[in-house]
Amino acid sequence: MSFLGFHRPDGQVGIRNHIGIISTVICANDVSLKIAQQIEGSVAFLHDQGCCQTPIDLNQVTKTLVNLGRNPNLAGVLLVSLGCESVLLEEIREKIAVSGKPVKTLGIQKIGGMLPAIAEGCRIAQEMVIEASVIRRETFNDSHLSIGVKCGASDTTSGLISNPAAGAAFDLICDHGGTCVFGETTEFLGAEHILMRRAANPRVAEKIQKIVTRMEKRAEMMGVDMRGGQPTTGNIKGGLTTIEEKSLGAIVKGGTRPIKDVYEYGDQITEKGLFVMDSPGREPEFLTGIAATGVQLIIFSTGIGAPQGFPFVPVLKITGNPKTESYLSDHIDKFIKLSEEGENTIAQAGEEIYEEIKAIASGKKTKAEVLGYGQFSNIFTIGPVI
Amino acid sequence: MIKKKAIVINSKDNVATALDDLKAGEVIQEEINSIKKKIKLNQDIPFGHKFSLKEIPSGSPVIKYGETIGTASMAIKIGDYVHIHNVKSNRGRGDIKGGVL
Repeated sequence: MSFLGFHRPDGQVGIRNHIGIISTVICANDVSLKIAQQIEGSVAFLHDQGCCQTPIDLNQVTKTLVNLGRNPNLAGVLLVSLGCESVLLEEIREKIAVSGKPVKTLGIQKIGGMLPAIAEGCRIAQEMVIEASVIRRETFNDSHLSIGVKCGASDTTSGLISNPAAGAAFDLICDHGGTCVFGETTEFLGAEHILMRRAANPRVAEKIQKIVTRMEKRAEMMGVDMRGGQPTTGNIKGGLTTIEEKSLGAIVKGGTRPIKDVYEYGDQITEKGLFVMDSPGREPEFLTGIAATGVQLIIFSTGIGAPQGFPFVPVLKITGNPKTESYLSDHIDKFIKLSEEGENTIAQAGEEIYEEIKAIASGKKTKAEVLGYGQFSNIFTIGPVI
Repeated sequence: MIKKKAIVINSKDNVATALDDLKAGEVIQEEINSIKKKIKLNQDIPFGHKFSLKEIPSGSPVIKYGETIGTASMAIKIGDYVHIHNVKSNRGRGDIKGGVL
C-alpha cells in the first residue's frame, strides 16, 4: 500500500513539486500573478489580507502564510512583498525556511516598481523551478498521506451520498496511519453533540463546543437570521432547509474515527489521525486554511457543483447528484451512484475514493488542476479592515 | 427493480427526501419500521427536497437523520412540502438574540 511522492527536507512528503509565488499582502497580487503566469512550474497564492488589520488578524495572516509556505507540495517559495505592509516579510521568510526548503523574497517598492519586480521575480522563479525539477518521486507507504475534506455547493445528495463516501475514505486513511482534517465549523451547528461524542477525550469535546459557540456568536453579532448566508441560497434551492439539516449531512464527511484534537485556523498539523480545524465554510478561506495544515490533497464533495480547486493542493471533486454529473462533467472527477443497497454503495465508494487519492498523489491530475480553476483564494480573518 | 422515489434516513424521521421530481397527487409508498405507509403528496416535491410523513403541529420538531433539523413554523400535514416556508431554524438566530452592531 504505497504512493509516489516527493521527499521534503523536514520529513514531509509532497505529491506535487511546485514553486509557490506567495503574496505577503493584497497589494503584491498583480506582480505574483504575472510571475506565475510566465514561469511554468510555479503557482501563485493570492489573497486580500496583510495590512490595515488588528494585530489578531495580522498574526493569523502571518501564521497562515508561513504554514502555506511549509506545505509539502511546494518545493520552494518566492515571497512577493510590496514593502510597507503590516505583516513582516523577514519573519515569514525565516519561519518557512525552518522547513529546509529554499525561500526567496522580492520587494516591489525596493526594486523600483512592477516591471523590474516581474523581471527579477521571473528570474528567481525560473532558477527555483529548474532546481526543483531534479527532485524525483519516491515510494512512500500510505501512512504518509495527509488529506483534507470539504463540502461545497451542497444539496441533499451531499449528506446522503458524497459526504458519507468521503467519510468512508477518511476512515480508510486513518486506519492506514495517515492524517485527515475536516472543518467548516459553521456546519457543525446543530450537529455538534454528535461530533463531541466522537472526541478522543473530554478536553477535545470542550474545544468542539467552544469553536461552535464562537462561530455562532460571530454570525449572531449581525442581528439577523443567518439563513440565506448559511445555508446559502443555492443550498436552499438544493433542498436544504436549515443550517441544522446542512450540518447533520456535512459532518459525515469526517468519517467515524475518534477526533484527536481541534486546531485553530491556519495551524500546521503534523500528527497522525483525524483532526478538526476551526474554519468557515466558504471555499476561498476554507481551502487556504486546510492547505496551511499541510494536507497534500483535498476531497471536495459537491451537490449542485462547485468548480474550484486550490493553486497547489489538488482537489478531488466528487458528487452523488446525477444532474450535476451530467451538466458539470468538466468539473467532476468522480460520480458516486446511489444504489438500492445504500450502505454497500458508500463503503465501496470509500474504497474507490481511496484508490483515486493514491493515483492523484502519485501524479494523476484532477480536473480543477488542468483547468487552472482556483487562482483566487483568501485568508480567513475575524475583525474589520481598519 | 422499481426505482425508489423517496428515502427515509432514520426510523425517527417525520420527513422523507425525494429521489426524483415528484408531482402533487402522486402516492408514495414508504416502509418505516417495517410498516408500509402510503403518502399522497399535496404539492410538487423537487428532487432532493422533503415532504412530511406525519402530522407536525406548529412549534414541533422536524426530524431528519433521527435529529432535529428545525421547528415547524406552521401546522404541517401528511404529504406536505417541507421547506423554508414552514420550517424555521433554531440556530444562528441573531434576529432573536439581538446583534451588537
